[in-house]
Amino acid sequence: MSAAEDMVEEDSLAEAEPLLRVEGLKMHFPVTDGLFLKHTVGLVKAVDGVSFTIAPGETLGLVGESGCGKTTVGRCILRLEQPTAGKVIFSGVDIAGMKTSEMSDLRQDVQVIFQDPFSSLNPRMKIGSIISEAMRVHGIIKDATERRERVSELLRICGLNPRFADRYPHEMSGGQRQRVGIARALSVNPKFIVCDEAVSALDVSIQAQIINLLEDLQKQFNFSYLFIAHDLSVVRHLCHRVAVMYLGKIVELADCDELFDNPKHPYTRALLSAVPVPDPEIEAARSHQILEGEVPSPINPPSGCVFHPRCPQAIETCKRDIPELQEFTPGHMLACPVVPRE
Amino acid sequence: MAVNETYIGIQDEPLQDRGWGAVAIDLIRRQPLGAAGGLIVILMIFAAVFAEQIDMYDPEVNDFGAMLQAPSLDHIFGTDEFGRDIYSRIVHGARTAMLVGFTAAILGSTIGLLIGVTSAYFGGWVDNIVQRVVDVLIAFPSIILALAIVIILGRGVGPVIVAITIPLIPNCARVVRSSALAIREIPYVDAARAMGFGHVRIVLRHISPNIMAPYLIMLTTFLGQAILAEASLSYLGLGVQEPTPAWGLMLKSGAEEYAESAPWAVIFPGIAISLAVFGFNLFGDAMRDVLDPKLRDR
Repeated sequence: MSAAEDMVEEDSLAEAEPLLRVEGLKMHFPVTDGLFLKHTVGLVKAVDGVSFTIAPGETLGLVGESGCGKTTVGRCILRLEQPTAGKVIFSGVDIAGMKTSEMSDLRQDVQVIFQDPFSSLNPRMKIGSIISEAMRVHGIIKDATERRERVSELLRICGLNPRFADRYPHEMSGGQRQRVGIARALSVNPKFIVCDEAVSALDVSIQAQIINLLEDLQKQFNFSYLFIAHDLSVVRHLCHRVAVMYLGKIVELADCDELFDNPKHPYTRALLSAVPVPDPEIEAARSHQILEGEVPSPINPPSGCVFHPRCPQAIETCKRDIPELQEFTPGHMLACPVVPRE
Repeated sequence: MAVNETYIGIQDEPLQDRGWGAVAIDLIRRQPLGAAGGLIVILMIFAAVFAEQIDMYDPEVNDFGAMLQAPSLDHIFGTDEFGRDIYSRIVHGARTAMLVGFTAAILGSTIGLLIGVTSAYFGGWVDNIVQRVVDVLIAFPSIILALAIVIILGRGVGPVIVAITIPLIPNCARVVRSSALAIREIPYVDAARAMGFGHVRIVLRHISPNIMAPYLIMLTTFLGQAILAEASLSYLGLGVQEPTPAWGLMLKSGAEEYAESAPWAVIFPGIAISLAVFGFNLFGDAMRDVLDPKLRDR
């Protein structure tokens, strides 16, 4: 692809109607008590008002520490959870309020790659039937021979020997299984793939292979990815834009380079400062911003800005006012009123 | 295929599927007790299938000239009070036992599997209702429940099978449900849901096959239990009816009057029952170990 074409694609990326628009997504899990008469004693606010968009062919990174709700956002988009409130508009259709029976067609457009390659494949099915099952059930390819060819092709696209079709998952390594997971996701020709910590369980050399595969596939088929991860260097490499989550809320959302080079939110700064620099001298010399305390419970989150008890820059109003995610500079969204504008 | 294509982890020797012969040799070497159980099971099934070929007399024809004879060359296990050959009756009794045992065990465990998986998969109020019904059924001693069903449905082989199957179902459903609850949370089930598969497909193709280990354990214990239950019902006079040969029936007539004067009339059916239950239990344990693909190559 020439540089000029590259430019055109970059432009159209920004202008295009988003493939996915998430608006005010909330997922509250009830905490129940009682043996016979269940009553709700509290709510785990796993996701509490999250909004973002993803354009066709774009990769949005979703980062944050364990338990901040990033996986739940992915599960809501996949409709593996029924969101408590909010909209998930995919290709102009709100899928958050849809009944499961109406979902069937749209489900194929949104696929998922899971974190753990050992539990994401049914151990009783051969690789070939794992990949071809959806094509058969949904009648995408009706002819058995053609389907077998398509399975071989998908395995080849994902860098696996087509012979693997006759094997069981337990005969393969983690990296190979993850490739099978990707081939399965591709089998229904999706437009959007949720990568839920897709490389976190793999060792570093395999991670690099899978990341390259994901990038190649995106170039080839123009997928959008929601890339959920906690490994910031992987996110920086792969994503176009990055959203940072803390305790069920997005605190900052910006273009990848902008976010990494110029983080604004105190939490993002702390998170980025935790990434080690691969040079011992610089690493020893640079100052780390270490957060005090623990992540508060999402059952009883702090008032105002959920980050204020740990925030080094918190002022009195942070305890009271819930900050909105607002445009700080063009393309850079921030949920912190304290950070000074230049 | 292009020459310069490279694949990850290429392995050119074809993966060999092991034949049944190799599996059998493996079984004998690693599970000698299981192999012994298997031999008993094969013997029982053989007797059941080829009863007409290997019997020595018609099991239902009385011979009043040869009543209560001790074991001899003519009647290797002796004769009963009607002069019927006990060996031939045991061979034909195996047919009754295997028919009732296998049908009841397979039906009981399979229906239990489906109920258990469905209950766990849907959860919520469905699970609650199903599990309370299961509680009620488990609270009955199974032989009492079976007796009640036989009394409602009448006698004969069919009602006996139903009567033995129904008390087995809740046991299996309970065990399977607990396994299915764990399987339901595994990502490949989420992947199947994300593919838009229906509930029936997910239950039958994605959850049930992964509960084969507890299912097989239940199935094989049920085989022994069902054979024992059939013998008990027949012994109580509520199961298979005379003159059809059944081990429980033989035990009954032998034990009541001739236990001292003609002990062979009760010993041989007793041995047949214990041997069958023993063999099926041994075989079941071994089969579980061998068939689990994760344990296979260790």
